[in-house]
Formats: sequence, structure tokens, C-alpha cells
Amino acid sequence: MSKINFLKPDRANLNTFLYLGSFLFLISFLDVFFNSFFNLNLTGFLPNFLSFVLPLILGFIGLYFIRIEYSGIKRLDLLNKHINTNNFNALLSLLIIFVIIKSIPPILSWFVVDASFAGDSKDVCTGTGACWTYIKVWMRRFMYGMYPNAEQWRINLSFISLVLLGSVGYFATDKLKKYLTLYYVVIYPLIAFLFIFFFISGGPVFFDFSYGIIAAILSIIIGFFIPGRFKFYYFLIVPLALYIILKYFLFFEEYIELGKLDGLNWVETGAWGGLSLTFIISFFCLIFCFPIGMAFALGRRSGFPLIRYISVGFIEFWRGVPLITVLFMSAVMFPMFLPEDFFIDKLVRAIIAISLFEAAYVAEVIRGGLQALPRGQYEAAKSLGMGYWKMHIFVILPQALKLVIPGIANTFLALVKDTPLIFVVGLLEIVGMLNLAKTNPEWLGFAMEGYVFAAIIFWIICYAMSKYSYNLEQKYKTDR
Amino acid sequence: MNLKLKDIVPQLITVIAVVLIFGFFTYNAQINMENRGIDFGYGFLSQESSFDVQFSLIEYDGSHSYFRAYLVGLLNTILVSVIGIIIATILGVIVGVARLSPNYLINKFAAFYVEFFRNIPLLLQIFFWYFAALRALPLPQDAEAIFGVFFLTIKGLYVPAFIWQNFSIFFYSLIAAIIAIIVIRIHAKKVQENQGKQIPVFFISLGLIFILPLLSFLIGGVKLSFEIPVLKQLATTSFIYEGGVSLPPELIALTLSLSLYTATFIAECVRAGIQGVGKGQKEAAASIGLTPNQVLKLVIMPQALRIIIPPTTNQYLNLTKNSSLAAAIAYPDLVLVFAGTALMQTGKAIEIVSITMFTYLTLSISISILMNWYNKRIAIQEK
Repeated sequence: MSKINFLKPDRANLNTFLYLGSFLFLISFLDVFFNSFFNLNLTGFLPNFLSFVLPLILGFIGLYFIRIEYSGIKRLDLLNKHINTNNFNALLSLLIIFVIIKSIPPILSWFVVDASFAGDSKDVCTGTGACWTYIKVWMRRFMYGMYPNAEQWRINLSFISLVLLGSVGYFATDKLKKYLTLYYVVIYPLIAFLFIFFFISGGPVFFDFSYGIIAAILSIIIGFFIPGRFKFYYFLIVPLALYIILKYFLFFEEYIELGKLDGLNWVETGAWGGLSLTFIISFFCLIFCFPIGMAFALGRRSGFPLIRYISVGFIEFWRGVPLITVLFMSAVMFPMFLPEDFFIDKLVRAIIAISLFEAAYVAEVIRGGLQALPRGQYEAAKSLGMGYWKMHIFVILPQALKLVIPGIANTFLALVKDTPLIFVVGLLEIVGMLNLAKTNPEWLGFAMEGYVFAAIIFWIICYAMSKYSYNLEQKYKTDR
Repeated sequence: MNLKLKDIVPQLITVIAVVLIFGFFTYNAQINMENRGIDFGYGFLSQESSFDVQFSLIEYDGSHSYFRAYLVGLLNTILVSVIGIIIATILGVIVGVARLSPNYLINKFAAFYVEFFRNIPLLLQIFFWYFAALRALPLPQDAEAIFGVFFLTIKGLYVPAFIWQNFSIFFYSLIAAIIAIIVIRIHAKKVQENQGKQIPVFFISLGLIFILPLLSFLIGGVKLSFEIPVLKQLATTSFIYEGGVSLPPELIALTLSLSLYTATFIAECVRAGIQGVGKGQKEAAASIGLTPNQVLKLVIMPQALRIIIPPTTNQYLNLTKNSSLAAAIAYPDLVLVFAGTALMQTGKAIEIVSITMFTYLTLSISISILMNWYNKRIAIQEK
């Protein structure tokens, strides 16, 4: 056994240093562990300050001893490489480990151990932990806002059907894949709007489903006898004609009760709220801001100076002001700009404002993609005789959009995170509902639980979106 | 003439459409204002405001004009933005560098921080700090002093105030030190370029910036004393601190959430910037014998900064604009004071909202012009 120099751990005395170092490290670890989990201060006999920093010193010395390069033990080398490269790193690693150990018990006890889950009144919340009962009791309000309890199935049903309709893309066969873009860009938003307007809002039904279904069935049956050439025109005209004839000329009112949809109460948008409103606003703003942004991105790169200036002005204006003032504008200033007696619902105004605002950001992102494309792409497309629109739709935009997927995803994320701001126009989505619930005299003092709950929900949504965008980016990545 | 019809028509149509939309809006606005008996004009700015503001940097009360109220709000916005930008930059750079650390724990810790704070809406964070976290602080009478002079209570943070004598001399000495440092830097650069000698600029600067102000204390007659906040009883259960500077909890919650949130984005910019510098650059610099510090200072940083600065500028702008969320927790910033209280009182929606928007536009455009100028200065001069 060679001479031991404690200031310079080396391979010759590997075992000595290894045992000594591990022992010291273990002691420091155990000290912190007992201190934080069992509230036992092993080093309590020492002066206060020394007892506080002792584990840090012991652990530091321990890590110093086991920092032996090329020790030949795989695990030790890995450990040294990852958390123990030099003194500074060792100290930081120790600090992080201790902070994690120290913070686990209070967090755990607040979240789970001392928290109350049962019951449905404030009385059960006597512990020091979180009061999840509060969340449980207010769940409906956080999810649906002031939407009447009895009508909430309408929101659920609409959202479930929209999710199902939205997932069509996964099941589409190759033959139908080419229609998917059309479906997602035009038809799906339209269906979503119809759902929201007729179903969630309970807007006036202009279409009588009973007659509609009968007209559809009748026209399909007759359709079998129509020669193929005329089928297109036939289905364009006949069902509508049948519907009109049935509804306005043959009054079968008293016989047909099937599928009549007039039982839905009108629920004004002021009563909407909670998480469902977050989804509705995010969804429509996403849909609207994308084409507007694309148009202005193209406008900013257009060869016509006037169009370019207008686009630059639009983009820079919206990017220069905070969203909250835009919403202020939509709330107090915009009604002044409309003709008298012309009323736009505040939800619609908020959606327009957010869409225009985010469109400016989308425009800048897409412009980045357009600029990143090599000139050769434009020239090649032009040399094939493509015009402006053909060139952009088939050559430029598909490539440019692929390039800016992360940027667009970031903008969309920002949009979702901006939705709580609609409290300015008096709409209360989940954060607004939390603030309302917090001031309820029966449930005072549970602000923390509410915000933690909302934070978890938003975090999950945003994290999932960012991971999804990352996957998309990987999927469409092409080497250039 | 080189103008072709197909060039003119689309532009003409667009312009006509824009003019029509704006004309429609102004026409309606005119009719609406006539009907409601509101007259358009910015004359109200000089009228007496007759409302009070909780926290202001300049002297203000209800007897001052609306314009003064506007200034109060603007200064409060700038205050929050500047503090937020400074903290966010420091934190962002540290976290961004930490994300590149070879140390697994530090790396993951930084990644956790970034993923955690940037996926939660800023407004929610502000509410959390203001309504949940800061409300858990002790009452003034129960507060324990931090280092004996700071008091963190539910009513805000109380810090000692500086009381200066002959402050101007101190200030001039500081300016003199800064000018001297700049001169020495220029000189050192020249010496290095001409003779290859290196002057320890950093230590000289450090010495100057400490010694000159110190001299002003010893010779110039500058005196500095601290006014430590003292607890004072107002009623049996109501206590307050007197003296010192009090930072309201709104300001603390706002700066805290703004800087924690923006720091995540700045960290990502920093990380991308440092990663964007080619590995070869580092190796080449090391192979010509530069020390690791020199590699960082002379090779990596100048190149990384070029990548870092444009997106970071955007983040600064975002922070400034996000500071308008102050309105949600009643911190008297521009939006709350001017677009909130003043608008309610005067009812001049168009004027006030337009002034507010114009102010933010000016702020963001001036920051972006400044940063563009800086960016251009450090950009690669291609030959």
C-alpha cells in the first residue's frame, strides 16, 4: 500500500478513498434526509450554523475523495463525469440534491398527506395541507363558468363530437388524404362554429332537422335511379328543393316530431366561462389568426409597394401594443366605431381582437420561413411557368411552413397562455373563475389551491402542445 | 411609362378597401359621438384629475392634471420593465449557461425551471404571487428583519433609504470614473493593436469605479447614512413601518413573475446562441493557445451575442408589453391609471386608448431601434 496523500486522491489507494468518500457522502445525505423527513437533527449538538452547513462540508469532502479519474469502475467514472467534474460542480450538485430532499416533504405533505379530499364543505379543511375539496366543489364552475348546470351536457357533447370529428385525420385512408386539408381548413371550423352556435349557445335554429332528414332519405332513395352523369347536379338541387317543398308546402307539422330541435335554451355568452371558454377562444383564434397572418406575411413580401407598406404597418402596429390594450380597445373603443344599433357580442369581439393580434406574430414567423427559402426555389417555380398564386401554394408555402413549425407552435402556445386576459372584456375563463371563487365569502383563503390547480391544467396543455410540435417538426424534417 | 395595369389594380383595390374601412369607422365614430354629446379632443389632459394613485415615483395627488397622472403611470411601467429586464437577463443568462452544463443535475434543474415557468400563463403566475404567495407573508408586527434592515411583510418590502449629503459630487465622481474607464479601454485596445501588449483593463476599471467614488467620500465631503424602517403602532392591531423605502407587494409580485417568466425565454435564447457557435471555433481558439477565459471572451461570446441579441430584444419588448398585466393586480401602471381610472372618469375612450397604444408603440419601437443599432454594430462586417 502506497502512501496516502489526502489532498490528492489517486488510483493507488482507490479503495481507501472510495470507502472514505462514500461514507462521508452517505453521512451528509442521511443527515439531511433525517432532518427533512423525520425532523431529526443528527448534528443538533453542534452550534446552529455549523450544524446547518456540516452536511455540505462532509459531502463536499466525500465527493472530493471519490473524484478519481480513470478509476476503472464504470459507475464511479459515470458519476464523476456527470455530477462531480470539479469542486464547483460538486458543490452545486450537492446543493441541488439537498434542496430536492429538503423540499420533498413539505410539498408532499401539502399536496397529499395533510390535504383534505373528502366532503363537500369548508369544514373538512382543517389540516395544514391543501383543501382539494374546494376544487371539487367548484369544479363545475371552473370547467363551465356560469353555464347552467342542467345544460352542461351540451358543452360536453359538443366537445366530444368535435374531438371525434377532429381525429378523423388519423383514420383517413390514402384515397381520402388529399381532402384532409380542405376538411381541416374549411369544413371542420364550419362544423365547430355550427356546434358552438346552435348547441352551446342555443342559437335560433333556422333548419328543421325533421324535414331535413326526410328530404335527405328521400333524395338518396330516388338518387339510385338517376344516371351517373346527372348525379352531381341532382344532389346539388333536389335535397334542398325537397326540404323547401316539405317545409313550406306540405304541412306535416303534426305528424313529424322526429328530431325536432327546439328545446335548447339560449345561453348568453356572458355565462360561458371556465376551461371550456379557454378552449373555445383558443380554437377559433387559432383558426382565424393563421390565414390572416399568412396573408400579411405574403403582403409584406409582395412586390407592390403600397400593399407592402400596409402590411408592415399592420404587423408593426399589433406587435407594438400589449394584448391588454387591444382588448381594452375592443371593449370600450370598438363599439364607438360601429353603426348605432349594431351590436357585436363581446365574445366575438374578443376573438376578433386576439386573432388580429396573434395574426401579426404569425405573419412575422411565416415571413421568417419565406425568407429562409433559397431564391432558387422561387426561380425554379417561375421557370416552370407558374404564376404568383400557383408558385406560392404548391412550391413556396409548403416548404416555408414546414420550416417554421416551431415558431408557429410557440405563437399558438402564447395564444393559449394569453386567453386569461379576456377578463378585460368581462369574460371569465378558468383564471377569472378562480378569482371569482376566491372572493366567495364561504370559501375565503383557498387562493393557493385554485392557482395551483389552474397552473397544473395549463402546464399540461402547453407542455403537450410543445411536445406535439416537436414531434411534428421531426416528422416533416427534410434535409436540404 | 413603365406602370402596367396589372401592377396598379391590386394596389388600388387594397388601398380603397383600407380607406373605406377606416372611413366607415371614423364616420360611425363621429355620428356616435354626436349622438352621445361627446366631443373629441385632448384638452382634458390639462384638467384636474381628482383621483389618487397608490404608488408613484413623482409627486402626485388628485389636484394634478390628467397628464401628470399619465406620467405617473408611464414611469411606473418603465420602473417595472427596467427592474424586470435586469433581473430576467441575469437569471436568464445563468439558467441558459446552466442548461449547457456537463453536470447532469444542474442541466436537468435548469431544464425543469424553463419548462415549468414558461408553460404557465403569465397572468396566472402574477395572481399566484400576489394573491397566494405574498399573502402568506407575516403582518408588519410579526415580521423578522432580514440582515437587520429589510422587512418583508404582507404590506410590502421595506428597505433602508439612502440619505445623501452632497450627492452631486458623488454622482460626478461616478461619471468621471466611467469616462476614465472608457478612455482607458480605447487606449488599451490601441496599445494592443499597435504593440501587442495587454493592459489589465478589467482590474483598472474595477479599481477606478471603486476608488473615485470612495475618494469623494473622503475628500469631497459626501456623506451617506441609512434610514432604517422602524415599526410604528397606528392602533392596537394596526402596525406600519416608517422611514426607509417601501416597495408595494404589487410591484414585488409583478417584477418577480415577469422576470421569472421572461428569464425562461432569455435562457433559451442564450442556449441557442452558445450552441450556435461552431465547435470548430472553440477548438481553433484553444489550439492557438488562448486560455479558456479568453476563448469565451474573445471567440465564443462575440459570435454568440450576434445570435442571442435579436431574439432577446424581442423578449425585452415582450416583458415591457406584459408589464401591462399590472392592471390585473392593481399596480398603478399606465394601463390601470390611464386606460382604467382616467378613462372611467372622463369617458374619452378613443383619445385615451389611442394615447396608451401610441405610448406602448413608441416604447417598443424605440427599444427595437436601439437594439437594431447595437445589433448592426456588432454584426459581422462581410467583405
